[in-house]
Amino acid sequence: MFGVSIDNLLNLDQKYYEIDDYQSDIPRWCPGCGDNGILTATQRLLREEQIAPEKTVFVSGIGCSSRFPHYMNTYGFHSLHGRALPIAEGIKIRRPDLHVFVNMGDGDCFSIGAAHWIHALRYNMNMVAMVHDNNIYGLTKKQASPTTPKGLKSNTTPRGAVLEPLNPLVTTLAVSNVSFVANVVEWIPDLLFDVIKKAFHHKGFSFIRILQRCPHFTPHVFDPIMNEPDRLRLLTHDDGMVIPDAIKKIYKNVETHDPSNIHKAREYASDMETIPIGILFRDESIPTYDDIRKPTRPNTPSVINEALQQEFDKFGIKPKND
Amino acid sequence: MHTTETPQSKTAPTGQNAKPTVIDEHIIEIVSDSGEGAQTAGQAFGTISARMGNGIWTVEIIPAEIEPPPRTSSGASGIRIRLGSNQITNMGNEADIIVAFNEQALLGREETGNLKKGATIILENRWKDHTNNVIREQYAEVMEHLLAEGYNVIEIPMEEETLKIVKNPRRGKNMFVLGMLSYIYSRDMELAREQIRFAFRKKGEKVIAPNLQLLEAGYNWAKNNLDFQYEITSPPISKPMVVTNGNVAIGMGIMASGMEVCAMYPITPATSASHYLSEVFENAGGMVHQAEDELAACAFAIGASYAGKCAVTITSGPGMALKTELLGLASMAEIPLVLVDVQRGGPSTGLPTKVEQGDLLSAMFNSPGDNPKVVLAPSTIEDCFYSMITARKIAETFRIPVLVLSDANLATGQQPYPRPEFKEEWVAPPYDQNPVPEGTIPYDWDEKTGLSRRIIPGQPGGLFRVTGLAHTRDGHVAYGAGVNQEGCDKRSLKIATFQKTLKTPRVYGPEEGDLLLVGWGSTRGAIEEAVDKARKEGLTVSSLHLKFLMPMASGIGEILKKFKKVITVEINFSDNPEREMITEENRRYSNLAWLLRARYLVDVDNFSNVHGQPLKPSAILEMARRELKKLN
Ligand SMILES: Cc1ncc(C[n+]2csc(CCOP(=O)(O)OP(=O)(O)O)c2C)c(N)n1
Ligand code: SF4
Ligand SMILES: [Mg+2]
Repeated sequence: MFGVSIDNLLNLDQKYYEIDDYQSDIPRWCPGCGDNGILTATQRLLREEQIAPEKTVFVSGIGCSSRFPHYMNTYGFHSLHGRALPIAEGIKIRRPDLHVFVNMGDGDCFSIGAAHWIHALRYNMNMVAMVHDNNIYGLTKKQASPTTPKGLKSNTTPRGAVLEPLNPLVTTLAVSNVSFVANVVEWIPDLLFDVIKKAFHHKGFSFIRILQRCPHFTPHVFDPIMNEPDRLRLLTHDDGMVIPDAIKKIYKNVETHDPSNIHKAREYASDMETIPIGILFRDESIPTYDDIRKPTRPNTPSVINEALQQEFDKFGIKPKND
Repeated sequence: MHTTETPQSKTAPTGQNAKPTVIDEHIIEIVSDSGEGAQTAGQAFGTISARMGNGIWTVEIIPAEIEPPPRTSSGASGIRIRLGSNQITNMGNEADIIVAFNEQALLGREETGNLKKGATIILENRWKDHTNNVIREQYAEVMEHLLAEGYNVIEIPMEEETLKIVKNPRRGKNMFVLGMLSYIYSRDMELAREQIRFAFRKKGEKVIAPNLQLLEAGYNWAKNNLDFQYEITSPPISKPMVVTNGNVAIGMGIMASGMEVCAMYPITPATSASHYLSEVFENAGGMVHQAEDELAACAFAIGASYAGKCAVTITSGPGMALKTELLGLASMAEIPLVLVDVQRGGPSTGLPTKVEQGDLLSAMFNSPGDNPKVVLAPSTIEDCFYSMITARKIAETFRIPVLVLSDANLATGQQPYPRPEFKEEWVAPPYDQNPVPEGTIPYDWDEKTGLSRRIIPGQPGGLFRVTGLAHTRDGHVAYGAGVNQEGCDKRSLKIATFQKTLKTPRVYGPEEGDLLLVGWGSTRGAIEEAVDKARKEGLTVSSLHLKFLMPMASGIGEILKKFKKVITVEINFSDNPEREMITEENRRYSNLAWLLRARYLVDVDNFSNVHGQPLKPSAILEMARRELKKLN
């Protein structure tokens, strides 16, 4: 009508979402807990992208970090310890219109949910998964997690953790169909925000491992990298993370890394001395499971009836005088 | 084909005009080593018979391994087909005829009491003069035993005849046998040919042609060499029917219910339902997701259900054990879910291919805390189909997990039933995406019924959080004393509300008397057949079959109280009360007996075992006679 498309007309009515439209309950994490920063960055993303809250689902497991959905004024599913990923996959499979985010702890994703983590990478469904890695089990009060550094004392390792920690980046980069892997720290909010944003725009399973401070149980675990900024290697690229100049002044170890280079990504990931920050790997060409399994017919009564009649014929017996 | 070398002096050629003996029903078994196709032949024979209007029931005889050692009694793979003029509801008692590809597989069936006294045994004769003397001796030994037992043994050159048509007798003997049986039971050969074309439709003409030849060869061989033939008449088929096994019926039922997503992890004997569904579900807009494990399968189904139409997950006992935490979540968060448990023998990995009904109590009580769910059990193949439609409806209406307990007996048993007539109301309605009034809360429990409105992601205004933690009406986590009490109370109320919709099950036979047999699930046919026989003997026995196990319909307690003795008939474990250590204070009852005793305060006894076999009507009848003798 008069050259105005219906879409534009609807846009006129559309509400502009402010940050507080995405805020729900007041977070009950400890003061200084890194989860707060992750929440803020995520709310900022939703506002910047003007995502309709009702079209967004935050799925989590169980742990301190898994309280996340309660603090988002969107749809949310606070599920079971370890099971956030398969629940999120089920949500997404027939709902391409929903934006799905998954928030997990390191125990949640790398220990009890480890099988789902590997397979989620392989399914490559279109969603953003954030692991809040505080190197410890927070909610259950300080037990060693798969990423707890060797020697760190916890309630189950009172004389120090006895095993080498798992390197989730190396593991992730080894799985076939992996399509987006990033590593960030929540104490540099601009980088955190930029990476979450890139993850959101990636079509496929975007895996972000976020080093998250837990002042309550692992107050010193990140001291080595916090005290020596050069131990963070900031990866930048036209297709990768954008680093504001102010940050470059503090973190001088900046390298250009093309995220399509998986070999280089694996090399950075394996370096235990210098932690890579940014987008390690991205491949937009990997098909997503939600696309592959997209229905070819609608699940309507007439289609169902047609399919059923075909089956009844296949197994059918006709009356004798037919 | 002419018989210059008649191998068996025992069988004289009959003229073509010899009249077949008319019989009411027969039980036929075909057994072989694994991979020789006895089941394919038997399923085809069953379908042909059903198409001719006979009642049929088939049961597969399955070894646990894919390729068990050949020529062993434990490795016997095969099938039983019970045929009758009228409807057949169970596998019956002992077999009248058994066709065996080797004498060891045969022995496996004979030793376990599956053959009628004097039964006809049709046995492959190639082992008799085998070059390996061990085999020759084994064969001779078994023959001696069979003849001493008085069986009617007919040795036939199956392999020799098959080799005239195909190179690999392991892939051909079965169709020769189908031809033979087609002659013996006067089957309609045109239907038989049609069935072969259907069974091998995916393999093409190259495979169909020799199989048709083998069918003819078997038929002609039997005609020229056997001196007996039967006819099982049937009333004309008046309405369209379908013949399927229970797992196919479940698959069709899932399609018919309008569910869209089935998530599973392979496990016997449930997997064939997913195989079938994987083949056809997409035609109806659905999908089967093979997850990385049962936890993921159940979680995936819950996620799909939460965001759209109710989803289904299919498994067997060990898989259900893994899903229990998720079932608790679905119950707590009030997310509709259908779980099909095709039960197998337990405990643990147990008897993967055998029949058991051992999961009833675990289905009801499998999660920590109070976890209301609905549990129902289909009792026939047709019931498997309709149960899926019912289950989906209950799950969505009451926002509750519904567990459907099938078993290995129904899974592979084939039975004809009326072709379902599609109704639009079977299908799940499209999920609601309309705005809800701002502030609508997710658990706005109705005080009387416990029901609340389901909100689905995407609906503007309904934003809320689902949690498996104790929560208030608006979905907030809260640990206050009153909060958890209220939540548990309201979720439990839904069971009571649903229970009000159930009809009292009908007693099979008079509504009072000496003995009442109570069953659930696949044993229905066998129990009712035993009741019929008992009543013919003048015994006052009735039976009651329960479809809904949680909750149970009203009026059951009154029924139980009208009989002098009540016994559940089940395929699951119970203590033998005759053992020295067993007393009334430590005796462990079978699943349903526990439940009936607890709910109705009636002194219910049980008749149960875990032999891994479907129950025979004769065993139930004998038990009934024994019990009645004790009473009078
Ligand atoms: C099946 C199961 N096992 C154990 C627990 C107890 N549990 C709750 S959270 C948690 C670990 C939390 O650690 P993490 O995943 O790292 O999350 P964080 O609290 O550190 O954010 C454990 C073991 C549980 N809830 N469910
Ligand atoms: S215990 Fe640690 S992770 Fe948990 S809320 Fe407190 S600071 Fe955060
Ligand atoms: Mg943690």
